[in-house]
Amino acid sequence: MTDTTRKAARPVSQAAPAGPAPPSAARRPRRWRGVTPWLFLIAPLALLIAFTYAPIVNMVAYSFTDWDGVSPELRYTGAENYTELFTRPELFEVFFVSGYYLAASVVQIGAALYFATVLSFNVRFRNFFKGVLFFPYLINGVAIGFVFLYFFQDGGTLDAILSLFGHDGDRSWLGTPTSANVSLAGVSVWRYLGLNFVLFLGAIQSIPGELYEAAELDGANRWQQFRHIIAPGIRPVLSLSVILSVSGSLSVFEIPYIMTGGATGTETFVIQTVKLAFQFNKTGLASAAAVVLLLIILAVTWVQRRLVPDDKVDLV
Amino acid sequence: MTRRAVARALVYLSLVLATLVVLLPLTVVFLTSLKTSGEMADDGGALTLPDDPLNFGNYVTAFQDGRMLSAFGNTAVILVVAIGGTVLIGSMTAYAIDRFRFRFRKLVLALFLVAALVPGVTTQVATFQIVNSLGMFDSLWAPIALYMGTDIVSIYIFLQFVRAIPVSLDESARIDGANAFTVYRKIIFPLLKPAIATVVIVKGINVYNDFYIPFLYMPSEDLGVISTSLFRFKGPFGAHWETISAGAILVIVPTLIVFLVLQRFIYNGFTRGATK
Repeated sequence: MTDTTRKAARPVSQAAPAGPAPPSAARRPRRWRGVTPWLFLIAPLALLIAFTYAPIVNMVAYSFTDWDGVSPELRYTGAENYTELFTRPELFEVFFVSGYYLAASVVQIGAALYFATVLSFNVRFRNFFKGVLFFPYLINGVAIGFVFLYFFQDGGTLDAILSLFGHDGDRSWLGTPTSANVSLAGVSVWRYLGLNFVLFLGAIQSIPGELYEAAELDGANRWQQFRHIIAPGIRPVLSLSVILSVSGSLSVFEIPYIMTGGATGTETFVIQTVKLAFQFNKTGLASAAAVVLLLIILAVTWVQRRLVPDDKVDLV
Repeated sequence: MTRRAVARALVYLSLVLATLVVLLPLTVVFLTSLKTSGEMADDGGALTLPDDPLNFGNYVTAFQDGRMLSAFGNTAVILVVAIGGTVLIGSMTAYAIDRFRFRFRKLVLALFLVAALVPGVTTQVATFQIVNSLGMFDSLWAPIALYMGTDIVSIYIFLQFVRAIPVSLDESARIDGANAFTVYRKIIFPLLKPAIATVVIVKGINVYNDFYIPFLYMPSEDLGVISTSLFRFKGPFGAHWETISAGAILVIVPTLIVFLVLQRFIYNGFTRGATK
């Protein structure tokens, strides 16, 4: 709506300086007008280049060296880092950990979709439930880490709850790789469900209410309404959530780092990269790893864009 | 009719269950924060109530020994400067891109667009070297600069709003003799209030909760923000779960208050911030 009015107004803006402009504007040199936008853009562009583009370029350059990040000496080693990355299985194994988080995001999106649908209809205490489901997303990651360290501890919250139901015995939930990763992925669902939920809720509420009324008159039940009205209506947000969960699952860091420090097979790609770069001073190898991760994420994004073209991209 | 009733009951059951899953871990930590170390040693189980529900001793310990005061101070400085900077930078960028037709405009836009696809965590190894060479490592400037410089989302939010402001407003101001800066300051910026509220909320929550950047760039203990100071509880308080719990609750409470007060804006902020 606003877009059409804007386009209509645009030619006026370009024609204006040519018209009978006030003296001050007329006297202003033509050159000056070309400079003005750049005055606004100096700071943002400087920051963008310094903290996004320069690092990318440097990172690719480092990835072909054996630099330790400190010494002035660095040697070009060609593709050695990449060969090391792909031939030492323990370096690449961390990607399997992402599988747990990927599986968890399926659960997460499913649950978020369910709760968003349920709570967009008339339900008692709706705002309370909305708040409760969303709130974890706002909590500090370190605090969440501690809450769940206590939750999974021997004799902690979970064991105490299970003993109420007669399940005796303390279990070390973070003790074996599988149960540790499942537990951590569970924490990630607990933490991020709220974001998906709120996004879905917003999308569902932007669907005009008459559609449901019409469907109800036609005798459609809740499932049919979901299938034929809600699901198509929220497709853009749904595909955004899928892409966010894939790239999120590949770049998990906080929760496992805070809770286990990457022990018992919970090390993720980012934890490994951070350790390589900042503990073992292998900047070259860490950069190569980061380049691989970046390429994977860009590839996933690209595939997603091809599969589900986003018709809402109208930035220009 | 009965089938509907059963379905309704199941819906409520699922909602209550979800509420328990969310609130129980938090409640238990809250209860733990009120227990004495003696009670913790007795091992009455995690679900027992504290003997004295008004025992705030652990909060005092956490606040003082955990250096939470300086942590909240540092966080506040970073929040104010980084958010102020983000608002200025985002709105200026949006104004320049939307209201001017200049050479390389498409390129500038593309640079911002592509940057949105690059996740921050992947480039941190190299970003670290740049921050270091600029002499900002281990100072409050490192997170401030990084939060301001990498926030593409807020630029998009501002762009959406600048577009909605009719150009005729700029034009009439121009005819009255206003230059580009006056137009930005007197017309565009004040009309961006809803967008500014969105950016302040979304950005504020991100900055308050971020762990990765302060952890990497500010190792000094004096420069602890709430995330990193809380993380350091792992060392000295090791197995003192009552103190760690108090620290965690101290960090969560401000978020809870802000959430309860600004609920509606926060929901809107996130739907707007994340989809664009």
